Amino acid sequence: MKIEKETEHAIVHVNGQEQITGAEALLQCLLEEGVDTIFGYPGGAIMPVYDKLLDFTGRLNHYLTRHEQGAAHAAQAYSMVTGKPGICFATSGPGATNLVTGIANAFLDSVPVVFITAQVTSGLIGTDAFQETDIIGVSMPVTKWNCQVKKPQDIPDTIAKAFYIAKTGRPGPVLIDITKDAQLEKLCFKYKKCDYIRSYNPLIPLHIKAIESAAIMINHAEKPLILAGHGVLLSRAEKELKAFAEKTGIPVASTLMGLSAFPSDHRLFTGMLGMHGNYGPNLLTNEADLIIAIGMRFDDRVTGNLKKYAKKATIIHIEIDEAEINKNVLVDVEINNDAKEVLKYLIPLVKENSFEKWIREFRICDKTEYEKVIKEETKPEEGDIKMGEVVKLVSDLTKGEAIIVTDVGQNQMYAARYYKFSNPNSLVTSGGMGTMGFGLPAGIGAKVGRPDKPVIAFLGDGGFQMTIQELGTILQYKVPLKIIILNNNYLGMVRQWQDMFFDKRYASTELVNPDFVMIAKAFGIPGKKVVMRKELKTALDEMMAAKGPYLLDVIVEKEGNVFPMVEPGSSVSEVRLTY
Amino acid sequence: MKQEFTISLFTEDHIGILNQITIILTRRQINVESITASESAVKGVQLLTIVVRTTSEMIQKVARQMEKLVDVLKVFVHTSDQIIYQEIALFKVTTKGLMSGNIIDNIVRNHHARILEVSPEYVVLEKTGHKTEITDLLSQLEPYGVLQFARSGRVAITKQVKELNVYLKEMDEANRVRSETIEITY
Ligand SMILES: Cc1ncc(C[n+]2csc(CCOP(=O)(O)OP(=O)(O)O)c2C)c(N)n1
Ligand SMILES: [Mg+2]
Repeated sequence: MKIEKETEHAIVHVNGQEQITGAEALLQCLLEEGVDTIFGYPGGAIMPVYDKLLDFTGRLNHYLTRHEQGAAHAAQAYSMVTGKPGICFATSGPGATNLVTGIANAFLDSVPVVFITAQVTSGLIGTDAFQETDIIGVSMPVTKWNCQVKKPQDIPDTIAKAFYIAKTGRPGPVLIDITKDAQLEKLCFKYKKCDYIRSYNPLIPLHIKAIESAAIMINHAEKPLILAGHGVLLSRAEKELKAFAEKTGIPVASTLMGLSAFPSDHRLFTGMLGMHGNYGPNLLTNEADLIIAIGMRFDDRVTGNLKKYAKKATIIHIEIDEAEINKNVLVDVEINNDAKEVLKYLIPLVKENSFEKWIREFRICDKTEYEKVIKEETKPEEGDIKMGEVVKLVSDLTKGEAIIVTDVGQNQMYAARYYKFSNPNSLVTSGGMGTMGFGLPAGIGAKVGRPDKPVIAFLGDGGFQMTIQELGTILQYKVPLKIIILNNNYLGMVRQWQDMFFDKRYASTELVNPDFVMIAKAFGIPGKKVVMRKELKTALDEMMAAKGPYLLDVIVEKEGNVFPMVEPGSSVSEVRLTY
Repeated sequence: MKQEFTISLFTEDHIGILNQITIILTRRQINVESITASESAVKGVQLLTIVVRTTSEMIQKVARQMEKLVDVLKVFVHTSDQIIYQEIALFKVTTKGLMSGNIIDNIVRNHHARILEVSPEYVVLEKTGHKTEITDLLSQLEPYGVLQFARSGRVAITKQVKELNVYLKEMDEANRVRSETIEITY
């Protein structure tokens, strides 16, 4: 047992055995797991833990957010940029239920976050006691695993198990609910990391036969296409993906969550898939004769109409979660393994090749997309500022080296489309859930996780106001996050759908907004409002030069629409370039 | 096309596991025809036997989602011809109706039922068999006044030769060996 000097006063000797409280044991467990950062919010039931936290100052840094949802998103973003599990604390009842959006968000995007909630004293459970909610029941559909702890001696093993489950296999959030009495009572502390659970087998032996048949198909394909998803980043297989693509010469397309797994400016990169993805990869998915899907799950936003999806292609699916294989798209070769391990084994089996003619088809599409969409979005000569040109300027200014965080809506799609990512794990966005309000707290979590990197959050004027209170967290901890509001005075993405599919009937999508710069000022955050194109570059320079946090309120075109678009129900090859 | 499947689910004794499984069925709009829970031949391992009607594509998806649950050890899906299964039913019938002539004897003999209790007011019969046999008996008894009827869920034994403990051993070895040699990423 390792107990540091500072905590010695807390040790009680019972029958010659050292005893500490459950609350202290929890914090010790976190140290054992290499945790140094926690996002959370206190309350009655979790007070013993927060009380103990004071004794861990310097070893465990706690960030008090302004809402539990913010803590959950911050913890998730922290994990996405550091590769370590995020840690989030909340009290019982409303504290726990406020986490639910954040838990579900982490669940759909497979991010390991360990949520610790407090529960009322064990004797009161089931009686509708003050601030009692059945958070185990509530969070069951949106956690990879959850567990209630009612005895202090169960804390170490449960926490060890929680970390193991969260970060292995297909990662995901776990929730441990600890009763107040378990936090207060004492135990003899011993910690052993978990590396095995009988009923849970994250390490699946390599399916060598399947990999070998995949290699044969790859070596004979004429129009192969790689679809890279978030799984590439989660298994840290970026290098292998690059080596595989470069050796085979196969073009790479990425899902939204897979962006930054492959350099955006690589000659083999063809862009983003999906509803607002690039023209080439959407259109040519239906021309490919072989699809190699790596760590992605054929989400409906990626596939469009399934009945008309990739009908000319043989499909190889490399996916760690067996339940994702054959779920939406029936595949020809299933390789139910970790992406990195599969690619390592696969690379020597494939031949060096190039597909110049096939790649030219993508470049032709790129040209069309540039002429019809990108040029006007990124280099408009007159009229209001466009979201695309803001993102493009930021991309050029930071040389693709920044960590980009987005909210949800048009701002998200523009950020994903026009930022050129140079490094892995440099996009933090809410993919599976599309949670408005994610951006600001996620920006905080990302900046706390990577203080060495510029972190820039692109937010919509709508989503910003869903978690705007987190400006307080920035103030309190002086988090030097750069915030850019792409302010169109609308719930833009919904307005776009009203424009296109509901006869332009703008029902409840126009926003009357406050003065965001003045609000930022009240939180001690300097900022500027930009209306004119000619002020934009200087304003961005100023923002990047600022030492601390900064907010830019960029007034953009009110009724801009994101294109290309695969309309709901359409096939990916029916991707539209214009209205 | 929908057909009947028997899911045999071996799980750890973790509170809430039944809830996790029904969540999966509910999200896919699959009705449970019957469910039984018991201990399995392996100590500490629970066996859930769930009978559902759905398509063979859907049962594959659902089985994989169940197997993915951390506390589920192994999921087997069988069609009725791959298992030996039984259900048990109890019938409470009015004595007056049933005791005239030798009706009761004929029924008991023809249906391989058993008489559990006889009182002046009622007779309790027991029948073990397949659902159709049980419903047959029920319709036979109905004219005599069925006061109560209760049927259990299905219990099933698989015809496959590889038993759970063999799977457990294999899984165990795969993971133990590899967790020694492979640094877990993340
Ligand atoms: C919590 C939540 N509520 C509602 C939605 C539906 N929704 C998706 S995009 C959007 C509009 C977002 O508006 P804004 O934040 O201003 O971004 P913009 O699209 O204008 O860039 C809405 C309402 C959502 N994704 N999340
Ligand atoms: Mg907006």
